[in-house]
Amino acid sequence: MSSSPSLTAAGVSITTSNGSSLSDLPPILVLRPLSDAWSSALSAKFTVISPSSPLSTSTHAALVSAAYNKVDPALLDQYPSLKCIATTSVGVDHIDLEECRRRGIQVANVGEIFTKDVADYAVVLLIDVMRRITMSDRYVRNGLWMTRGDYPLGSKLRGKHVGIVGLGSIGSAIAKRLEAFGCKISYVSTKPKPTVKYKYIPNVYDLATESDILVVSCSLTKETHHIVNKQVLQALGKEGIIINIGRGANIDEPELVRCLVQGEIKGAGLDVFENEPDIPKELFKMDNVVLTAHQSALTPEAMSDIIQICIANFEAFFAGKPLLTPVMAD
Amino acid sequence: MDKIGVLVAFKPLPYLEQELTRRGCRLFRLWETPESPVLEFCRQNAADIQAIVGNSNYGADAAMIDALPKLEIVASFSVGLDRVDLPKCKERGIRVTNTPDVLTDDVADLAIGLAISVMRRIPSADKYARSGAWKKGEYTLTTRFSGKRVGILGLGRIGLAIAKRAEAFDCPISYYSRSDKSHPNYTYHSTPVDLAANCDILVVACALTEETHHIVNRAVIDALGPKGVLINIGRGPHVDEPELVAALVEGRLGGAGLDVFENEPHVPEELFALDNVVLVPHVGSATIETRTAMADMVLGNLEAHFLKKPLLTPVV
Repeated sequence: MSSSPSLTAAGVSITTSNGSSLSDLPPILVLRPLSDAWSSALSAKFTVISPSSPLSTSTHAALVSAAYNKVDPALLDQYPSLKCIATTSVGVDHIDLEECRRRGIQVANVGEIFTKDVADYAVVLLIDVMRRITMSDRYVRNGLWMTRGDYPLGSKLRGKHVGIVGLGSIGSAIAKRLEAFGCKISYVSTKPKPTVKYKYIPNVYDLATESDILVVSCSLTKETHHIVNKQVLQALGKEGIIINIGRGANIDEPELVRCLVQGEIKGAGLDVFENEPDIPKELFKMDNVVLTAHQSALTPEAMSDIIQICIANFEAFFAGKPLLTPVMAD
Repeated sequence: MDKIGVLVAFKPLPYLEQELTRRGCRLFRLWETPESPVLEFCRQNAADIQAIVGNSNYGADAAMIDALPKLEIVASFSVGLDRVDLPKCKERGIRVTNTPDVLTDDVADLAIGLAISVMRRIPSADKYARSGAWKKGEYTLTTRFSGKRVGILGLGRIGLAIAKRAEAFDCPISYYSRSDKSHPNYTYHSTPVDLAANCDILVVACALTEETHHIVNRAVIDALGPKGVLINIGRGPHVDEPELVAALVEGRLGGAGLDVFENEPHVPEELFALDNVVLVPHVGSATIETRTAMADMVLGNLEAHFLKKPLLTPVV
């Protein structure tokens, strides 16, 4: 495109290189900063309206993000023509869904956009801990294969019992992948899923008792805060491994650290922590843990998918069709 | 196996050593005397050695076989037999066994583990997390694995097991093999270069023979390209290692996950500084469960031979 959109291009009609007038493109109120990738993708199909534009109060659709925006009655009063809000996140804690429902405003999140990447990450952390990939890579780079010989043996995946805490979209994707490695899958979930072939276990303690590996893939709620606690870790046991790609607070972190230090569980793969970006220092000395900085969803493909799903939701809205990834008030 | 003389070429799993001893074997531990030349060791003990237990790094070449007139069987603690002179064994009537199937899962698991680990830069991310750098900023975005095109050199047991796992990540599968296997879901390519040009992740999963020596050469590396990733869970000599190192250092290849090297345990040090490589010390079958199963297979084959029963997994 030869013309470039601007957050200050309020009400100015610009002709694009393909001859259509920008003012023909449906307007989107943008309430968060835009990267170049966002700018060019949005302005190919929409007119980008800034908050300072006089058109902002008559625009029907808006793009928000969890980091920058709180969609509350005050904001909705500021932009009274809104009928569709798309957030660039999965979480909708920053949006008053009930207020939106009351005003007849549809809300879309990014749906299951992160599922593949987060599931892949859970699987690679699990393989890494079982087969000691990161640790033996470090061993090689420190020249120890030359001087000390072979690295200690790891553990086979086939036949291991994997307990998945939370069988939502991500948990299901993890299960599908691990089945191909010959793992036996059980799960705990808010409700049993009768159409699912995996074994349902009614509580996390029993799941941990039966499992060689526990994978935490649930959202963080009051009920799931510290759902993996001291009793669950004890039940997982000395040969047990835990993988967390959910939220740090799903696990009692000080208790987890204590269990790892004392050898009461065998190892852990952790992408999330209770007080990010702080990671308990005791973990840094351990060679039976793999630690990553909350990055399971952070791939360029996911970032591009977010843009595409938001655009698709806006297109559906303007065409009078159902949103692709709507979020309802409870 | 009372008093059977067994040359153990490498430092074995304790279980294997204990069992050989318990069953009455006299062990000749080649690995314990690294200073003594192999042939000298063989000649000194030629009257007693009836069996060799080798592995992926130490087998039985023509010279060794010639130095051991009483040799009856080579039982390899590996599935690959590139270190054993098979025609020579056949000529001498020496039996050869390996350890197929029991290690297929572990090797396939590692291949996929390495592929995701390279794409998502796990060792580098772990190092970042431990350094405290997270307080200053996020780690970079890392490339998605799911849905990437996986190309497999060799569609044998291990190649098929890798394909099956990759399918669970919705990866389209293609392969090169000596002949078209007409697989319903996997695309055949008639040359390694063609395969490399049409995949994102190239996995070496074939046996090492004269034909497959340096099957991954400059042309294949160029075809794989600056966004391509090479995974080698086969043998070091499958890949032209200096070419690979140059391509990685110069950014002409996107990344590599390597379990094997041309001159183990030497690993080219130029690779140590790279974030887009994962280097592991020949651990394809390195789980306690699999190594024990491999040991049982070696023991089973040796016992079967000396009791004049059918071998479990004969190759020659």
